[in-house]
Amino acid sequence: MFRGLLYGACVLVLLLCAAMVYSLVSGSWQAFGQFGFFRFLFSAEWDPTVGKEEYGAWAFVTGTLYTSFLALVLCIPFSLPVALFTGEYFKKTRIAAVIGSIVDLLAGIPSIVYGLWGFYTLCPLMKSWGLSDQGFGVLTSSIVLAIMIIPYASSLSAEFISMVPNELKEGAYSLGATRLEVVRTVVFPVAGSGIFAGYVLALGRALGETMAVTMLIGNTIQIPRSLGDTGNTMASVIANQFGEASGLKLSSLIAIGLLLFIITAVINFLGKLIMKRQRGR
Amino acid sequence: MKRIFKIAACLLAAAAMLPLASCGSRKSSGLVGAGATFPLPYYNMAFDAYKTATGVAVNYGAQGSGTGIRSLADRLVDFAGSDAFLNDEEMKSMPAVIHVPTCLGAAVLAYNLPGVKELRLTPQLLSDIYMGKLDMWSDPAIAAVNPGVALPDIKIFPVYRSDGSGTTYVFSHYLSQVSEEWAQEVGAGKALKWPAGMAAKGNPGVAGNIKQTEGAIGYIGSEYAFSAKIPMALMQNAAGNFVLPSTESISAAATGDIPEDTRVMITNSASEQAYPISCLTWLLAYQEQSYDGRTLEQAKALQDFLYWMIGPDAQAMTVKVHYAPLSPDMAAMAKARIASMTFNGQPVR
Repeated sequence: MFRGLLYGACVLVLLLCAAMVYSLVSGSWQAFGQFGFFRFLFSAEWDPTVGKEEYGAWAFVTGTLYTSFLALVLCIPFSLPVALFTGEYFKKTRIAAVIGSIVDLLAGIPSIVYGLWGFYTLCPLMKSWGLSDQGFGVLTSSIVLAIMIIPYASSLSAEFISMVPNELKEGAYSLGATRLEVVRTVVFPVAGSGIFAGYVLALGRALGETMAVTMLIGNTIQIPRSLGDTGNTMASVIANQFGEASGLKLSSLIAIGLLLFIITAVINFLGKLIMKRQRGR
Repeated sequence: MKRIFKIAACLLAAAAMLPLASCGSRKSSGLVGAGATFPLPYYNMAFDAYKTATGVAVNYGAQGSGTGIRSLADRLVDFAGSDAFLNDEEMKSMPAVIHVPTCLGAAVLAYNLPGVKELRLTPQLLSDIYMGKLDMWSDPAIAAVNPGVALPDIKIFPVYRSDGSGTTYVFSHYLSQVSEEWAQEVGAGKALKWPAGMAAKGNPGVAGNIKQTEGAIGYIGSEYAFSAKIPMALMQNAAGNFVLPSTESISAAATGDIPEDTRVMITNSASEQAYPISCLTWLLAYQEQSYDGRTLEQAKALQDFLYWMIGPDAQAMTVKVHYAPLSPDMAAMAKARIASMTFNGQPVR
């Protein structure tokens, strides 16, 4: 009975995933048929004018990749120390529990709140620091994204760091290693694949984030040339234009959804591959 | 704990009853419509008042003009609301449809320029700003039409809608009319390939972006701009006058050369006091009302309702929610359209 339930749940998830891929593929057929897969992917042209319609995803792909990877880089200096603090240095103390749960709380804040904070607080700061002409853009959205993904990266990393066997660490201490040396030579190598998994999860979150990014990136359809430049992402163009779209444009938006699906899948796959290799060593 | 469950169960039961109760009270005499979101605040108010006055409930699903027209074509609704009239091709694909204008709105130009109380713009300047040809507010071309105004030496940031929108359509339709270059390179549409600027979602998004950014200018639906009391630019109209958008100047745009079926864009109106980036919104219904087994009563109910929408009671409500009422000429034309409704070839009344 229980076994049947488990099987049923797994099959259902698989079916759901398959149905999603099917509807994405069938919906995007018209766009790919019209432009060809690679031309659609690598063209930065997006012209909805009736009569000379021309759609390409490259501006959105670059916008998504720029903001997500920049957010990942920006979040490391915060999430890694938090993970070390709660998982190693102050392991199982009250302060670690408090900090850990506060950081986890960040994950529960609705993204519209992050967006509004960025809009009203961060944008004026970016302008006054001279980092961006109008306050909106790739850097602004990346900073907000970085804060949003810290809990995903840090709580998983902390979990794996705290799971490093004490025998290994004690062995290193007995050889005269300092705490930093233990972290560098024992904790990171042992917990490495787990920490990496945390960051892959965080990156996946950044790739799909819509609301906060839509409010902060400027929504201009161009390939961003600098960090202060405005751009657009795949998720936010879909959110913005899906409502009034029809025909070829609708199909192009669904095609962008399919591309986002593929990109997320590829990144997850690469992440798993790297983890496997590390474990194998 | 048990008590909480009990309360929750009661609440759930009450919530479940609610739709049933409202269904029960809605008799078959009710009218159903779907369409444009732009006039929704006005429609909500008017439909509510109509129910109070006559007891006839009007249900309106604000899902966008396109959806409204599709619903009318599929005969799911009694009437559709639309910000765009049916083009000749669409008219041919459906049985005769009457267009009843109900109110007017406009795209107004909001700006954020510290110290500037009054900003005047010509069609040429507006087109140049949105083409990205004018960089700075201190540009002599802008100063030339704004004598005595200290324009700051800051960059111009045009803002446009990132989502598909009827407001964008009206705005770009106007620019296509007044600028050859715009018509050639950008054109008119609900979403465009913009040569310059940055984008934000919805009227509130554009208004917020402008508020945040010194030097920003953007187009906003008049109903939103009037209620939010945002600084607005005066536009030079076709007669050469600089006109501030207001419910009067928007109403004035729908005068003069209007075709009998009211299918017209009133951008760049020739009227002297008209605000040039104005637009109409319509209710659409089939001219011949005996279809799909509809009764004469249903046809009469629809006709009464349409008459009421263009009558003085409903029109007086438009300004309360910051729309412009129909001008007397326009109301007379709308009345003629409604009177043309038939049932089995005979006039409904």
